[in-house]
Amino acid sequence: MTLRVNDLKVYYQTLRGDVHALDGVTFDLADGEIMGLAGESGCGKTTLGKSLIRLDSRMRHVGGTVELDGKDVPVGDDEAMVPFRYHEISLIPQYAMSALNPTRKIGRMVNELLRARGVRPADIADELKRRLELVGLDPDVLDRFPIELSGGMKQRVVMVISTLLNPSLLIADEVTSALDVSTQRAVAESLVEFRDREYVKSMIFVTHDISLVYQMADTIMVMYAGHIVEKASAKTVINEPRHPYTQMLIGALPEVGSTTVQGRLEGIPGTPPGLLDPPTGCRFKDRCPLAFDKCSERPPLVEIEPGHWAACWKTG
Amino acid sequence: MLELKHVHKVYRVGAFGGGRLRAVRDVNLTVEPGEVVSLIGESGSGKSTIGKMVLGLTRPSAGSITFEGTDITTIRGHSARKEYYRRVQGVFQDPFSCFNPIFKADRVFEMIRTSYFPETSTPVWREKVLDALATVRLDPDNVLGKYPHQLSGGQLQRLLIARALLLDIRLLVADEIISMLDASTRIDVLNLLADLKERGLGILFVTHDLSLGNYVSDRSVILRKGAIAEMGPTSKVFDNPLHPYSRHLLSCVPQLHRTWAEVDAELEADPPEDVVLPVATDDASAPLLEVEEGHFVGIDQG
Repeated sequence: MTLRVNDLKVYYQTLRGDVHALDGVTFDLADGEIMGLAGESGCGKTTLGKSLIRLDSRMRHVGGTVELDGKDVPVGDDEAMVPFRYHEISLIPQYAMSALNPTRKIGRMVNELLRARGVRPADIADELKRRLELVGLDPDVLDRFPIELSGGMKQRVVMVISTLLNPSLLIADEVTSALDVSTQRAVAESLVEFRDREYVKSMIFVTHDISLVYQMADTIMVMYAGHIVEKASAKTVINEPRHPYTQMLIGALPEVGSTTVQGRLEGIPGTPPGLLDPPTGCRFKDRCPLAFDKCSERPPLVEIEPGHWAACWKTG
Repeated sequence: MLELKHVHKVYRVGAFGGGRLRAVRDVNLTVEPGEVVSLIGESGSGKSTIGKMVLGLTRPSAGSITFEGTDITTIRGHSARKEYYRRVQGVFQDPFSCFNPIFKADRVFEMIRTSYFPETSTPVWREKVLDALATVRLDPDNVLGKYPHQLSGGQLQRLLIARALLLDIRLLVADEIISMLDASTRIDVLNLLADLKERGLGILFVTHDLSLGNYVSDRSVILRKGAIAEMGPTSKVFDNPLHPYSRHLLSCVPQLHRTWAEVDAELEADPPEDVVLPVATDDASAPLLEVEEGHFVGIDQG
């Protein structure tokens, strides 16, 4: 088991009180598993990705533990996390395109980064070139400034840099959202290739695009308002979702081939609850067509069949 | 209703404007009343530039754009432009930055009233606003008197569409209007476009997302590097793509029930027939070839 997250709670501190962005999240990630983390904006998916590597000043670790390869990961302790970052856990940030320093050539920036992590750049230079070629980039990009590269090229450069030290866990946060469809496919396929070549042991792929995650992920975890609602293999989540939220979310996606003439798709009425003062019980109950009295208690995340977890009183 | 004929747009680029970039190349297309036309393309394909030219925000370098018989490039003067915007309106990608955060969100309605309907009395106007809100399926109690930060992206986007509906518009240019919305609210805005279409509105729907383009539109135009690669009825373009670029695009779209590997295997097993593409005689032209009725393919740009 690579990653084990147990009842993780991370709140944002604001002047009006705590925002319960991540409220008791429990899941496991196996070796070699690519997990797609899907959900609407504000559901806590980026917060989960960030809390596994670095909490920013507004985020507070309230409870829960994270374990990586049997070692305890001190997510709440900024200092103690330093040895884990980049070596064990690495992140491709959202909008990675603007993550590159515009005043440095890419090669120099990579060297500075490696030295800062106590690695001699010369030891890794050959590997760096090999990996750039693997994602279809000429090693000459190391002598260029970020402004000289296109969006897709920058994204691939960031991908190579983030995975250079073979981290155990890679968090890819919306890496393809700003790319065109054809580049998106190339980037997604190279991420799978990185896993197959064991450059990264396992990956959490954060996205709002469920149809993209279906193309590459082994499992999909769906979040809603700071809670996990469902986790199962990609095929199961798409074809036989059990939680009403997942069912409605997938029902609301137009596909190539569906038109208004054949029948209209339905959105989910209502809006997600505010997390400053979250409702008790199931957080989807106000928008859920199946809601009943028991939903005022929080449904536990239970394994309804092997490998298929859902948090709903109606599925248990 | 709207007709673009041999429209070009050339931008000056580089430090002293010495370079030339042909953003739109020889585009011909029409939008009829009650029709949704999707302009689909990747970044840099010129789709937004076409939208901007139709809205009069930038002028075409060559060619003509006619709306209900008048060439819009000849519209001069404040009052004539104002008349044009009474009939043609745009809604854009980012609903959050369209509102001034200092004022209440429904101020956009009041601004339409002061500039276009100063004589209308308050009760009549209120009736009109409620009517427009009902069309976009917003509950007036939830949105009127609220500040922009109290509303969701989907609500703000629908407010902007309601604002456009207060004028008697004939054509709506919808530039990426749903790319910033969440999956669960996106479909409501798309269904709204379908409702407006039934009321006889022409819609130019600019998008980069092929599945969304497919869902609402009657005709689709696939753009590449400023020129039309393929144009035709949506069902024909998507079921039987003829241009190699359209085929490539469609094979890259992530689908919900089929993986990329399955799509590739199908294409491999049953490769589509090649179509003879028209050849451009010079850098500026982009002829179209009609392969079947109403279904055109454009030049091959490598």
